Amino acid sequence: MGELINIFIKSAFIENLALSYFLGMCSYLAVSKTVKTAFGLGLAVIFVLGITMPINWLINNYLLSESGIFQTDLTFLRLILFIAVIASMVQLVEMVVEKFSPSLYNSLGIFLPLITVNCAILGGSLFMVSKEYNFMESVSFGLGGGFGWFLAIIAIAAIREKIKYSQVPPALRGLGMAFMLTGLMGLAFMSLMGIDPSAF
Amino acid sequence: MAQAQVAAKQSSIGFGKAERKLLTDPLDSNNPVTVQVLGICSALAVTTGMKNALVMAIAVVFVTMFSNMITSALRNAIPKAVRMIVQLIIIATLVTIVELTLKAVAFDSYKQLSVFIGLIITNCIVMGRLEAFAMANGPYKSMLDGIGNGVGYGIILLMVAFVRELFGKGELFGAKLIGNTPEYLLDTTTTWGLGWYSNNNLMVLFPSAMFVIGAIIWAHRAWNPSLVDVS
Repeated sequence: MGELINIFIKSAFIENLALSYFLGMCSYLAVSKTVKTAFGLGLAVIFVLGITMPINWLINNYLLSESGIFQTDLTFLRLILFIAVIASMVQLVEMVVEKFSPSLYNSLGIFLPLITVNCAILGGSLFMVSKEYNFMESVSFGLGGGFGWFLAIIAIAAIREKIKYSQVPPALRGLGMAFMLTGLMGLAFMSLMGIDPSAF
Repeated sequence: MAQAQVAAKQSSIGFGKAERKLLTDPLDSNNPVTVQVLGICSALAVTTGMKNALVMAIAVVFVTMFSNMITSALRNAIPKAVRMIVQLIIIATLVTIVELTLKAVAFDSYKQLSVFIGLIITNCIVMGRLEAFAMANGPYKSMLDGIGNGVGYGIILLMVAFVRELFGKGELFGAKLIGNTPEYLLDTTTTWGLGWYSNNNLMVLFPSAMFVIGAIIWAHRAWNPSLVDVS
């Protein structure tokens, strides 16, 4: 259990998908203009990462690996299968949410399909493979990574809301400033790298 | 008669003003990185060296070109409800080709680029151009659009990599140009170089890519004021 909490903390803070690996930057920069929309997208990312990570783990270990049901090394199909799982999961989640909670669907609405091409999701699955996690660890890694991404997008959205009132050079306004801010936040997050999660 | 001529003109494989515009627009006023904000993740991760950036740029040009062409050729046969999955499978197939080719031809680059080759699939440039252009235009034009956007992305990638490798490691394409390494410090005969320069380690870290791209956007918008955010 302690091991799982370690992985959660590590993936949320020390190896933050957004601010340490800079994954999912497209939607991170495009959807962080207000805190409200950033909140919706962040929640959806936690949800999809938490679901796709265990499914991709099962696929990787029982379908693609040499000890799986086909007894052959099919890892060259990994990318295609992972992205197919992510795309179909997002589509499925969209349909389920639409059916059971129309109000949540309306607030997430356009962000759900966007998640398919959020590289934090596919990147998370690929990191999971390269780090050789077991099933429960991959669940924890998925949830932790999603939570870290959620924190990061909320933080930048809040800063961007405030910086509207500052005197920024015209050519730097908007996108340019968002890049600079993300760089500074990345620097700040690097100081978390010294944390030893096993101390908790 | 006139309509038939127009239609023939549109479908013909020529190279006129419209075609040139498809190729040059993404280099300036419609640049995928600095204007459309697409494909940032890989732009940050692979730009520590010119060599990796060049490999990545070529890979992306290949994928955008062929995915645009194939999707455009199939655009009338793809049902709308499953178009995302079909597009992703086209892209994933092309990326797998690139990945296996790199593994065979340039294993060093393959190892250094690691997951980021796989992440071309979710590079929003590819998907974004499919949705925005290839689903509505013919294969030849889509191919040109793919090349233009791939090259526009590659140029930014190389610019960022140039700054980061030169100031971070004092090298370009792995060849020592400026700065001090221990052996250079001992060798007092090489006074021609900028031996006094000490490498800026910040440039090797991820956040510096953010600063460099931010500065590029700043310069680009100062030079082309029509792109400035009004809000």
